[in-house]
Amino acid sequence: MTTYIIRRFFQAIPLLLFISIVIFALLQITPGGPLARLENDPTISAQDLQLMRERLGLDDPIPVQYARWISAVARGDLGKSYATNQPVLEMIKERLPNTLKLMSTAFAVTIIIAIPIGIISAVRQYSIFDHVVTTIAFAGQSIPIFWFGLVLILVFYVTLDNPWSDGPLFPSGGIYSLDKQGDFLDGLWHLVLPVTMLSLAWVSWYTRFLRSSMLDVLHKDFIRTARAKGLRERLVQLKHGFPNAAIPMITLIALDLPALFSGAIFTETIFSWPGMGRLFFQSALRRDYPVLMAIVMFTAVLIVLSNLLADLLYALLDPRIRYD
Amino acid sequence: MTDRILELKTETLQQEESFGRLIFRRFLRHRLAILGLVLLVAITALALYAPNYKYDPEKISLLEKLKSPSTEHLMGTDDLGRDLFARVINGGRISLAVGILATGLSLMFGTLIGAAAGFYGGWVDNVLMRLTDVFLSFPSLFVLILLGAMIRDTPLAKFQGGLITIILVISVLSWMTTARLVRGTFLSLREMEYVEAARALGISNTRLVLRHMLPNALGPIIVQGALQTAYSILTESGLSYLGFGIQPPTPTWGNMLNDAQTYMTRYPWVAIFPGLMIFITVMSINFVGDGLRDAFDPRTVYGKK
Repeated sequence: MTTYIIRRFFQAIPLLLFISIVIFALLQITPGGPLARLENDPTISAQDLQLMRERLGLDDPIPVQYARWISAVARGDLGKSYATNQPVLEMIKERLPNTLKLMSTAFAVTIIIAIPIGIISAVRQYSIFDHVVTTIAFAGQSIPIFWFGLVLILVFYVTLDNPWSDGPLFPSGGIYSLDKQGDFLDGLWHLVLPVTMLSLAWVSWYTRFLRSSMLDVLHKDFIRTARAKGLRERLVQLKHGFPNAAIPMITLIALDLPALFSGAIFTETIFSWPGMGRLFFQSALRRDYPVLMAIVMFTAVLIVLSNLLADLLYALLDPRIRYD
Repeated sequence: MTDRILELKTETLQQEESFGRLIFRRFLRHRLAILGLVLLVAITALALYAPNYKYDPEKISLLEKLKSPSTEHLMGTDDLGRDLFARVINGGRISLAVGILATGLSLMFGTLIGAAAGFYGGWVDNVLMRLTDVFLSFPSLFVLILLGAMIRDTPLAKFQGGLITIILVISVLSWMTTARLVRGTFLSLREMEYVEAARALGISNTRLVLRHMLPNALGPIIVQGALQTAYSILTESGLSYLGFGIQPPTPTWGNMLNDAQTYMTRYPWVAIFPGLMIFITVMSINFVGDGLRDAFDPRTVYGKK
């Protein structure tokens, strides 16, 4: 097992290097370049522009620029933002905790809601409850996440009023109110809408997945055996059915972590949440190459790691699977 | 159980019925899929009719701005007085075009690569599957945004608001699932006796693949196609919503939502209608996809449970 993990790590390195080369090249060959926005700015002279190009080394051949970037990264230096001149690593360190807070809450909410609903829906297949759940889950998977966010704002911020104070029922953005920085309850209040937006699709997806995987398992022979030996139905479902149905779901969750991260781009942009997704969005607008490179590569690493995690969890939970 | 056997029997008895008809007949029994199909036909008809509608989607008339929905303006008007219904149905043209064309290309790439990998096996398979793994490791939404942002201010974004570019990019980043699917089917088909028999008859590789192997992989490819269409439409509208997709003034459901954000708090309809259209379209496609999957799956039992 250990050798397997080590081997996977070494396999990941060329893959990540390759991805970084492709992304770097894509950034360089697309027309415009990082200073395209400044070129149309009448207050900046051609001379200044040329100075900037030289300072950033933009006239060097692309392979030279890549070599400079990758050797700096190897030393733990992600470069400085073109827009703010702040070290990229610092910018990420500032925002990552916010994204993690949003993601982990959404993740917890998803699990807490999806598991019981998925189980009940499968156990009472074709009941009214099941029909309602499958319909909502189907809709939840089809709704465009960004529009859902806008609708949430329209309903809970614009339309509904807060019964305890004058303002809206839920805030439409930010992590804390201006006068309540760090207040736990206020933070929770700000989390409600973004977390709802981020979780809806995931709740729908996992509910459907668990339901069908539960239905698969409940028709297996060992379930019939468990029933035949007189075990209570509830126990059959929860002790024999659920754990077996959960195995594929757990690996799926591990695989989906990066997608949760992508969803954060929309959520953070709509709810002005100062996290990685919003940073990416802003940097894309500003053509801030070093930040863009860093975030894309961060996500690529996350994808590689989550694939590894999924494989390991699978082997861990299902003893029939071995990696040698 | 007897019902099921009976059903299987009737299905085998009607041998003369073609496979396509059988699938169609099974599909018709899926009520939600029919609903989806009807809605899709309606949306497509509206999109085709759009250029003949009495309002031009790009015509600005400031006197008419931000009117609420009425018989004159079915969905109201936006901040520049453009008729929202005209914009929504014209936006549908773009969304559907992206959905269909990007999916077509993506299925084509995926089928070619998957078929080559599964048919030849060996090192070809190895190389192509490593390539698939590499593409799967790309954070696709991030790369799409990145490319969208880079291309935004260039001539590439001028033609039809960058329609071609976005179709190409979405399809290049989404063929991998199809490739894996087709490869799997081909690997198992390769060992089948009828394939061996065809080979023994001296049939050419092209004919073997096109006539005897590909039709057997068609079911999963079609189902994947439906899911892929929904994905492409969601991706395009998401990108356009962020401002990195199709560029104004060409209206799409996504960039209409982007416009709407600034004044939707007071004029909610500008944000509701375009999003609702994406929602209905994607849901209809998913219904159809579900129906197709059940129709292609011989294990599905229809009728009373």
